[in-house]
Amino acid sequence: MTELSTEYLGLTLKNPLVASASPMSKKIEKAQRLEDAGVAAIVMYSLFEEQIINESLELDHFLSRGADSFAEALTYLPDGGMYSVSPEKYLNHLAALKKSLRIPVIGSLNGVSKGGWTQYAKRIEDVGADALELNLYFLFTDPNLTAAELEDAQVELVAEVKSAIRIPLAVKLSPFITSLPNFAKRIVDAGANGLVLFNRFYQPDFDLDELNIVHNLDLSASADLRLPLRWISILYGKVNADFALTSGVHSAKDAIKAMMAGAKVAMMASNLLHNGEKVIPSMLNDMQTWMTEREYESVRQMQGSMSQKNVREPAAFERANYMKVLSSWRDLP
Amino acid sequence: MNQKTVMIDGNEAAASVAHRLNEVIAIYPITPSSAMGEFSDEWSAKGKKNIWGTTPLVVEMQSEGGAAGTVHGALQTGALTTTFTASQGLLLMIPNMYKIAGELTSTVFHVAARSIAAHALSIYGDHQDVMAVRQTGWALLSSANVQEAQDFAAIAQAATLKTRVPFLHFFDGFRTSHEVNKIVQLSDEELRLMLDDDAIRAHRARGLSPERPVLRGSAQNPDVYFQMREAANPYYLAVPAIAQEMMDKFAKITGRQYRLFDYFGAEDAERVVVLMGSGGEVAEETAAHLVAQGEKVGVLRVRLYRPFSVEHFIQALPASVKSVAVLDRTKEPGSMGEPLYMDVVGALSEGGRSNVKVVGGRYGLSSKEFTPAMVKAVFAELSKPEAKNHFTVGIYDDVTHTSLDVDSSFSLASADRVSCVFYGLGSDGTVGANKNSIKIIGEETDNFAQGYFYYDSKKSGTVTISHLRFGPQPIRAPYLIENGQADFVACHQYSFLERVDMLKYAKEGGIFLLNSPHSADKIWDHLQREVQQDIIDKKLKFYVINGYEVAEKTGMGGRMNTIMQTAFFAISGVLPKEQAIEQIKAAIKKTYGKRGEAVIQKNFEAVDATVANIYEVSVPADATSQTTRRAAVPQEAPTFVKDVLGRIIEADGDNIPVSAFPVDGTFPLGTAQWEKRNLALEIPVWNEDICIQCGKCVIICPHAVIRHKVYDEKLLADAPETFKHMPSKFKEFSDGYAYTVQVSPEDCTGCTLCVEICPVKDKTAVGRKAINMEPQPPLREAESKNWDFFMEIPDLDRKLFNPATVKNSQLLRPLFEFSGACAGCGETPYVKLVSQLFGDRAVIANATGCSSIYGGNLPTTPWTVDASGRGPAWSNSLFEDNAEFGLGMRLTIDKQNEYAKELLVELADEIGKELVHDLLLAEQSSDLAIQEQRERVEQMKKKLEKSKDSRAKDLISVADTLVQKSVWIIGGDGWAYDIGYGGLDHVMASGRNVNILVLDTEVYSNTGGQSSKATPRAAVAKFAMGGKAMPKKDLGLIAMSYGYVYVAKVAMGANDQQTLKALVEAESYDGPSLVIAYSPCIAHGCDMARSLDQTKLAVQSGHWPIFRYDPRLAAEGKNPLQIEAKEPSVPFSQYAYNETRYKMLTQMNEERAEELMKEAQQDAKSRWALYQQMAAMQYNGDKK
Repeated sequence: MTELSTEYLGLTLKNPLVASASPMSKKIEKAQRLEDAGVAAIVMYSLFEEQIINESLELDHFLSRGADSFAEALTYLPDGGMYSVSPEKYLNHLAALKKSLRIPVIGSLNGVSKGGWTQYAKRIEDVGADALELNLYFLFTDPNLTAAELEDAQVELVAEVKSAIRIPLAVKLSPFITSLPNFAKRIVDAGANGLVLFNRFYQPDFDLDELNIVHNLDLSASADLRLPLRWISILYGKVNADFALTSGVHSAKDAIKAMMAGAKVAMMASNLLHNGEKVIPSMLNDMQTWMTEREYESVRQMQGSMSQKNVREPAAFERANYMKVLSSWRDLP
Repeated sequence: MNQKTVMIDGNEAAASVAHRLNEVIAIYPITPSSAMGEFSDEWSAKGKKNIWGTTPLVVEMQSEGGAAGTVHGALQTGALTTTFTASQGLLLMIPNMYKIAGELTSTVFHVAARSIAAHALSIYGDHQDVMAVRQTGWALLSSANVQEAQDFAAIAQAATLKTRVPFLHFFDGFRTSHEVNKIVQLSDEELRLMLDDDAIRAHRARGLSPERPVLRGSAQNPDVYFQMREAANPYYLAVPAIAQEMMDKFAKITGRQYRLFDYFGAEDAERVVVLMGSGGEVAEETAAHLVAQGEKVGVLRVRLYRPFSVEHFIQALPASVKSVAVLDRTKEPGSMGEPLYMDVVGALSEGGRSNVKVVGGRYGLSSKEFTPAMVKAVFAELSKPEAKNHFTVGIYDDVTHTSLDVDSSFSLASADRVSCVFYGLGSDGTVGANKNSIKIIGEETDNFAQGYFYYDSKKSGTVTISHLRFGPQPIRAPYLIENGQADFVACHQYSFLERVDMLKYAKEGGIFLLNSPHSADKIWDHLQREVQQDIIDKKLKFYVINGYEVAEKTGMGGRMNTIMQTAFFAISGVLPKEQAIEQIKAAIKKTYGKRGEAVIQKNFEAVDATVANIYEVSVPADATSQTTRRAAVPQEAPTFVKDVLGRIIEADGDNIPVSAFPVDGTFPLGTAQWEKRNLALEIPVWNEDICIQCGKCVIICPHAVIRHKVYDEKLLADAPETFKHMPSKFKEFSDGYAYTVQVSPEDCTGCTLCVEICPVKDKTAVGRKAINMEPQPPLREAESKNWDFFMEIPDLDRKLFNPATVKNSQLLRPLFEFSGACAGCGETPYVKLVSQLFGDRAVIANATGCSSIYGGNLPTTPWTVDASGRGPAWSNSLFEDNAEFGLGMRLTIDKQNEYAKELLVELADEIGKELVHDLLLAEQSSDLAIQEQRERVEQMKKKLEKSKDSRAKDLISVADTLVQKSVWIIGGDGWAYDIGYGGLDHVMASGRNVNILVLDTEVYSNTGGQSSKATPRAAVAKFAMGGKAMPKKDLGLIAMSYGYVYVAKVAMGANDQQTLKALVEAESYDGPSLVIAYSPCIAHGCDMARSLDQTKLAVQSGHWPIFRYDPRLAAEGKNPLQIEAKEPSVPFSQYAYNETRYKMLTQMNEERAEELMKEAQQDAKSRWALYQQMAAMQYNGDKK
């Protein structure tokens, strides 16, 4: 019997399959089903500070609109209720998840204000999250901001959050960083215990009939594994953090590749959203089979085994890789 | 003794007692009492208990008649039951009130007394409704202020339980129901002490129960009915003493003593005023002043009006009294005198005081101001040897000369009372902030305080005026702050200064605070000359704050509330600055806290940013401005508009004499065009380079401010320089024709629907369309000229084109324009389209609701006439009877048409046989044919005009009915689905040719968003705070079941062509037609600019499957149902959760929201499946 357990952010997990931040964690029953199916940990859907702010302002706007304008209708909607337009809903749900699950629950946070990041991080810790994943999702459009300024701000943010909490901290990175190894190192130096590669940005599309911008949710495919696989391979051993690979994990082999690149866990959302929790037992089974057939004793044994520092041709991960792919494409009949 | 004080209004005060003392509450919204039902519903939804520890059951009914029936049933089975109502609502309860009284049933109805719709509807306060039930056998108890509204609610409950006589507790609508004042709150314990448990159990024991069965409600004959009507006499005779006993008991518990007739004034008074309601407060305040000056006057306030106790009345009236003026807040045309007057005359006679001279007068109808000066005038009248009887006070009656002269310079200034007036825009939050301010002053300081709020009659761009008073003595002044009495005047909207005289309120040495985009050193030169002069003459301290800038910086947008509130406290010095800011922030937390931290923070930032931005303006010695205040209407307006409507617009309506008005409520059309409101900050600007002339921007405009015309290009010779045009692309009118889309800059509300619907996108920048929003001020002057020129271009003759396409239909002149509806209103585009298609021959019955308010609320009306002077003849009867009202119109037309045809035959020789033949057999299915018939009628009239035959004269008087008329019955869902449904059903069943247009906003919009049977499942509305649990009633399906009713469900924002087709088909169908129109409303809680997308989603999600059901098709063997919607392609939730009415439930109760959303999704699916089956049915017998 091969040993599937792994260590991520100081948490001992029974296997490396983790449900990443997605709507799946919105339902306790769903999370329980994931746990029963064998998922080793769950990252909760993100607490979006911006969403809380927007919902709050929107509610205020529509409850106030038209009010006290017309003698017969001093308001247009009842305003007697208590609204969950605060992080309480998220925090209560996190607490409920913790109560219902035996596996670790990792909180996820996307803030917009400095105060918001640290305040909410602390509150996520207070309700019992086993760890926190920071979702650094910024889209910068100001041409006057330099890369250095932006990176400094994010590093500072991580340091501030780290100083506010005691639980382990992972940071979910964007792949669009000029010098990713340097930035990853700075994030880790600032206090991150783990790095999650990568944040998946949903890109807008054009509707040519209506000439509109449209937003469609594209779920990941196995091909999306390549990008985080490459970067974890490169960073493994150079940056002292636990890596989590997310995007493109759809099979046991994808998870095994993640481990070999150097990830401690392989995170999944699209696969689970698309196929349901039933994929977990078969993936675990396939992993077992694959490892047994090749006489791997444990997952830990393979972690990092194909990282850049452990392969014969480290350059395969670098620019040459790109050249080779292009030329191989040209060679096609 | 409880001494806890709160700042609340009369509705909340009464409801707080009613909710705590009842088990069942049946409600229905009607202004100004709606809030009592809303409070009750909200409290029960939150599980608030009554004094016995159980939550009252609150149920919304379909009408006040329904509420009364439900109350009656609940009472008959022994529950403590109540309801709240006003005006027409109370009238609808009368039949049950007789029953309830006849059966000696204990209950209290709480009424915010309001005018009755007579020559016109009015939502404001007087005693006409209450006086209309004085004969029902109910005890009538009158409270006069907010404290009493609470106290009398309790006294009435105790008295009804002991006497078994039902009580109607009433207070003045708006003046008391909506006034915020500081009152001592009744505790549960005090209420418990007031009530007799045995009496409650006795009430229950009288309830119907199969355990102890009885029969109640028998039918009787001449032999015994009369005796039994008398059998209850002892109960009525006992009421006064018991009511006084309860008042005494109340006094022991609370320290507040009331009497059936409360006398105040000189012990040796010779002249006394008798009245009830809030006017008593004014009279008492004035009498106190006059007594202090040595006058022998007094006021007798009536508390228990029915049963009228002669004994108590006589006891209360000082023996010294020589003359009495009885003031009635009602009008009983044709009577010898108004009811209270008649009662007093009778009481003095029966009580042995016939020597007292009595006169009666009317005052205060429809919340007409009743001031100390008016009371003084009444006392003065009593001093005259021949005091005027049946007088009026408060108006100038130059027709029958009933009115008393009033010295308007007299007022009761109180040195230690501070009075403040605030002008705001409805949407800027001024009223809300002032409600907070007065609560802070009343609850956080030792001051007594009062707040009353005035609104104009528009639904968007409303001017609000807040009147706040506070001081160390209780504020008993139920009238607006008078001219020259305000210590503080604030203008929260800079643009008001150019048209509103607000400094008339300011007293000498007062403070004027202006929200100004100009700095303190520049503002003076921007003021109008009148404003400058007032500031100088009254020696005002003048402050400015750039609230707009502070709002912009702090994310407050157009909300000036927090900013101007902070500025008020900072300048007025009511509280030390730090304490004031602390209290403002506490109020913000209390008011907005539950909406989220972000809202609190935004407001806190606004508070902090305000203080540093207030500047005092150094006032020059002379007025130097060359600009003056703008006239309400232009000089070229018709005389009636200038002399009457213009004065109403200028807020001078109170001073218009009786003679200026029509005697029967009849008004001319086409007056809204003179009321230029300049609401839009941005207006649409046409881009003729890419326009495809589709007319969509024109059809969707809720206010008819954007129009297009095709015209002879030669007319352009006189066009203003900036007038835009392009060659016409209309097939019928191409060569030699020009085309223009024109906007009326001063009538536009800036809703942006025209831009949203424009299908054209600029190929070089897709964000730009063929019509785009741009700032109004720089365009105002030029575009106004362009608009005037555009309007002078003749409309195309409607004979020349077929209006069946959207673009063609919009060549027809709208006969409904510039209404005061909300910006982006979803109803008015339908109303406007009806006016365009059929307006020149339409008679319209309009149910009470939004459409009757934006259609018929003074000062002006949007209904207008075409170039030939024809237009929709419009009337509003009531809320509940509109279908029947419209049917009556149809019957007149049909009958007179029949009579005209009979006379045509009789007078054929005189008229000419050929013409008679043509007149009788005219086919009138097109505009051309109708016009030809009109010409024939004119020809016939000419031939008969000199005839001496009375039949010829008769024929001329009914001849117009020979031209086809189009009867439209228009109203909202509250009418069609609920209160008017019985009538609607009957009218549809009648088979008569009427066209019914239901403007379905899925909620009672006009009264503020109460749930109707049109409200969809899962939506939150008032009276459905927890989300509506039942699905929307399918009115269309019910109508289709008749088989001979034309039915269409339309959604203009999703398919304007289908809407147009449906209206044309409905009108052409010679039978009843029902068109149900999806009408986005601000009560949905979505951005009105996005309402077109929402309308599309409503259709795509299956919530609003558009269809047409034409019975004519069945006759052809075809299925009459044609579904134009496609199979639902988006989840219902995708549509619903763009709207706060659905989304807020997810924020209040996620689980229930999910559950209801699932069911609502199923509703859409099931409806679709059912319609599909219906549309697939064979109608051609055995033929396949």
